[in-house]
Amino acid sequence: MTAMSENIGPNGNAGLTVRGLTTTFDTSRGLAIAAADVDLDVAPGEVVGLVGESGSGKSVTLRSIMRLVREPGHVSGRIDWRGRDLVAMSAEELRRIHGSEIAMIFQEPMTALNPVLPIGMQIEENLIAHTPLNAGQRRARALELMNIVGIPAADRRLDEYPHQFSGGMRQRAMIAIALACSPKLLLADEPTTALDVTIQDQILKLLLDLRDRLSMSVVLVTHDLGVVAATCDRMAVMYAGRIVETGTVAEIFARPHHPYTRGLLGSVPRTGTSRTMLQSIEGTPPSLTNLPTGCAFHPRCSFATDICLKERPALEAVTPQIRKVACFHHDRVAAAEAIL
Amino acid sequence: MSTVRAAAISAFRLKALPRSLVSGGIILGLSLIVAIWPSLFAPYDPITFDYNALLAPPSWAHPFGTDSFGRDVLSRVIHAYTINMQIAIFATIGPFVFGTIVGAFVGYAGGIWEAIFGRIVDATITFPFLVLVIAIVSVLGPGLGNMYIAVGVVGWVFYARLVAAEIKVQKRLDYADAGRVMGYTPLRIVFRHLLPNAITPAIVYWMTDMALAILLGSSLGYLGLGAQPPAAEWGVQIADGKNFMNTAWWISVFPGVAIVLTGLGFSLAGDGIAELLRVRR
Repeated sequence: MTAMSENIGPNGNAGLTVRGLTTTFDTSRGLAIAAADVDLDVAPGEVVGLVGESGSGKSVTLRSIMRLVREPGHVSGRIDWRGRDLVAMSAEELRRIHGSEIAMIFQEPMTALNPVLPIGMQIEENLIAHTPLNAGQRRARALELMNIVGIPAADRRLDEYPHQFSGGMRQRAMIAIALACSPKLLLADEPTTALDVTIQDQILKLLLDLRDRLSMSVVLVTHDLGVVAATCDRMAVMYAGRIVETGTVAEIFARPHHPYTRGLLGSVPRTGTSRTMLQSIEGTPPSLTNLPTGCAFHPRCSFATDICLKERPALEAVTPQIRKVACFHHDRVAAAEAIL
Repeated sequence: MSTVRAAAISAFRLKALPRSLVSGGIILGLSLIVAIWPSLFAPYDPITFDYNALLAPPSWAHPFGTDSFGRDVLSRVIHAYTINMQIAIFATIGPFVFGTIVGAFVGYAGGIWEAIFGRIVDATITFPFLVLVIAIVSVLGPGLGNMYIAVGVVGWVFYARLVAAEIKVQKRLDYADAGRVMGYTPLRIVFRHLLPNAITPAIVYWMTDMALAILLGSSLGYLGLGAQPPAAEWGVQIADGKNFMNTAWWISVFPGVAIVLTGLGFSLAGDGIAELLRVRR
């Protein structure tokens, strides 16, 4: 837990600043480090993507920020939201912020909606918890939210149950609930993974549109690089619980400095380039209870040398201030022939 | 699939309801009507003696015969509906409500509370239910009021166990987390969000329990610990007839049939509700 960086993010106190976030689970097979030393800044109005394979710690990071990690999990580090530390905060204070200033949407909208309450009532639940609105005003606001997220025939659908909604409409309803009190930060845990590609596109457009209209920040967890390219301003790539590379989306896509990022980008087809074979990353992600020594990525890395087995590279700034990477050989990676 | 669900929820269209619920509902509805206005249906007064018709077999004048005091068995069976339906409801509603609340709390809180609750459950289910109730009634004294207390003291445990188990499942689901990240209080999450999803088994068990309560009430009545003679109650009536089984079977058999019929009504209703709520999920 050596949160070495004293530099306040690009945003000062206005947004979310995570420093040295470490989440561990005490399992029977040993201590699993699900997220280690995660630093993350989210400025107002910014969309930040958190990318990685399954088990890389991106969802855990999000859940740690929301204090959703259960026993035997343990969270340490600092999570500052507008100057207040969410880790140290009491349950009572936290409840006041959750749902009103910070909201979250989940991957699978069917299970994240209460099956026995009508959608309208679920939107109103949030208003009851955080606003002094009366029943009539709540209903009006619920209707307004349904229109904002683009659910047709909102008046009738307010009284319908989640199972009467299609997948895309459920995710819209989930977003409507999350937006009820106009949050300043939306944490989205793979919000489009369970949806068709066409619906996925609509939902992402909706999120971007809402970001503009409500000037809220979004943290988007995904394993889909296409989603990141289409929506995010900045991104952080996670591997085995650590952020290995972070920077603006344009920079990272143009010239990855970490071999894992390079591998990820090489594994998705791109238009506008000559036809080549897709590259896959050899091997599988390591077990979190038994991480490799040194750089966790070295067993799968074609750039690895002796030092990678012995020491873990720190996340350090490369040329532009905002760009950071955790690799001893980032110059070589960056200089390597663009991935085909 | 959603059309089936929609139909089940959207209304009380008889076709969409499970057949067992409809038939159970009809039996219980009729039982309740009889229980509320017994004198509309009973041809005689249930406790008036008629020394001209002692132990009379079933006839047009007395379709169910008469007992050893010349009381009309049909009228007594009908009037007993009042007491027996009361037993079914009053002996179970307290345990249902209290057990559900305790179960919801224990299931959500977990930890030490769950451990303590587990020991209480163990201690209670170690004793046979009937023996425990008889022991409590014999301490408090016979009568219906004390019987409700005795059943309540023991019965809530079963509801609490069902609800606690279900809440433990529900609190791990995404929508519970969603409630937490919306900043809802634990009380709100448990009672407004989790409980409606967790209460189904308790409601189904409640139906069965009402049938069991009628049996239990009759057992205690039979033993002289429940409703007291000369009140008309099925267990009391069966006890009245036990010495005449060879000569006047009708005194005991017709109240027995009433018990079976009412029990059937509750069981069918319970099955029907289970089916209805299963479809909804």
